[in-house]
Amino acid sequence: MRRWLASPASETQITHGERLWLYALAGLVMVFLVAPTLIVVPMSFSDSQYLEFPPAVWSTRWYDHYFSSPEWMAATRTSLLAALLTTLVATPLGVMAAYGLHVSRFRLGRLIFVALITPMMVPLILVAIGAFYVYVRLGFLYTMTGLVLAHSVLALPLVLIVTAAGLRSYDMNQEMAARSLGASRARAFLTVTLPQIRFSVITAALLAFLTSFDEVVVAMFISGGENATLTRTMFNALRDQIDPTIASISTIMIAISSSLIVLAQLFGKDRR
Amino acid sequence: MDAIPRATAPDADADDRNAAGLRRDAWRERLALFGLCSPALLLVLLVLVIPAGWLFVVSFVGADGGFSLENYERMIEHKSYARIFRTTFEVSAITTIVCVVIGYPLAYFLAGLPDRWAAICLITVLLPFWTSLLVRTYAWLVLLQKQGLVNQWGTALGLWAEPLKLVHNTGGTLIGMVHIMLPFLVLPVYSAMRAIDRDLTRAAAGLGAGPVRRFATVFLPLSLPGLFAGGLIVFVLCLGFYVTPAVLGGGRVMLVSMKIASNIELFVNWGAASALGVVLLVLTFAILWLAARVVRFESLAGGGHA
Repeated sequence: MRRWLASPASETQITHGERLWLYALAGLVMVFLVAPTLIVVPMSFSDSQYLEFPPAVWSTRWYDHYFSSPEWMAATRTSLLAALLTTLVATPLGVMAAYGLHVSRFRLGRLIFVALITPMMVPLILVAIGAFYVYVRLGFLYTMTGLVLAHSVLALPLVLIVTAAGLRSYDMNQEMAARSLGASRARAFLTVTLPQIRFSVITAALLAFLTSFDEVVVAMFISGGENATLTRTMFNALRDQIDPTIASISTIMIAISSSLIVLAQLFGKDRR
Repeated sequence: MDAIPRATAPDADADDRNAAGLRRDAWRERLALFGLCSPALLLVLLVLVIPAGWLFVVSFVGADGGFSLENYERMIEHKSYARIFRTTFEVSAITTIVCVVIGYPLAYFLAGLPDRWAAICLITVLLPFWTSLLVRTYAWLVLLQKQGLVNQWGTALGLWAEPLKLVHNTGGTLIGMVHIMLPFLVLPVYSAMRAIDRDLTRAAAGLGAGPVRRFATVFLPLSLPGLFAGGLIVFVLCLGFYVTPAVLGGGRVMLVSMKIASNIELFVNWGAASALGVVLLVLTFAILWLAARVVRFESLAGGGHA
């Protein structure tokens, strides 16, 4: 231990001992980042009406409550369906736009790129009330179509950025070669380019799914009735009281997002 | 002698025709490629631009249904609006500063680690980044409430005698916002630091600069663009933040986004909500536009949900 403390931590001969303050600070910040979320996991397995840590009596009571509640189940189905449909809409649209912008090199391209990523910069509350205002008049309010359209707009920038980054590291001459051998542009894209940027596209699709699944503010305004999303139902429940059922749902959502990160990391590794 | 121009003249014509044809083809193809963007543009137009334009118009409609500036005048006349804007800026600024103060050292630590350890430690930043915002807000609500873990441990350790009021106030809101925003700061700063050539600090050391001087004159300036981008993302996201302040503030911390929501949910006052929205949007874009003149735009497009 003492030898490690005295050993150099960088090429410039600063020892680990001299850096202990940095390690301590970084450690604390990492705990701050992770602990609050993870502590919900054991709490959700408590038998108590009040969230305890560590739980005095362990049980799956709140999970049973979640899975047997028609309201929570309907909300979960809505969220999963909306996320799936959003992925199916936003991914092709985003990939098409990224490809078009990448290949055409239009002078307008930069402007279009910025226009397509604006949904990321506009405060969500404004997207929400704007969509609400228009949907009321179009009869889209509380419909799956309306929800998927709005979520697709939010997911579009992420798909575009991730796919554009994938295209930048791809050698376009391969597509040229395919086309000089007689393939049409569409065929060259589908059989040569797409398979090679597939990891970016898959990552983009995962992001689109999560964007929709986790989205709260827009869903609060334009989803409702039998098409109320899980996050909307959770948000409303949070405002009233601290319902332990939400701890169990949170645990499930943490499990979903962790497995998606692992997937994304695995695909990311392959790319290198 | 004059045979040469006569012989080349038809060829030049053909060349011209060919060139024109090629240009036309190239133009047509670029147009087709451009068309690939149109579905995405249409979607943004339909769900974002048209509603925003509509709200813009509504913000200039008064109670009598005619053109009026009353929605904007109200913002100037009523002290409460000035207070809401001030609170929003204060909360956003404090959140950004705290994120910089605790996020920069973390990014520095991560950037100095060997690749494998960096990948493992980076999970602590990525996990919250991908975990639902609502779940993380809920976690803080549970931890900070009166009978929550923080109060239990605090009193058990004798740090304070009575359970403190940690949530449904500005303090709780700030804790939650810093937690949500921190990855947005750490990730760009980390990637900026990874891109710094360590030979430069080594050279500074070789020339006799001590650790503090090396950091202050070499490393820090090189990492500033990343820090600027990260801080900007955090600040702009905070300006329009809704979920976490609404839950952890318990209605006692009134931000612009919450005023907009309550104008619609409680008072159904579209004019007032739209005018606030226009001001918020103009402020956000003005800040981004100013910032884009300092750093490249793409580096600001970090991604995320808030």
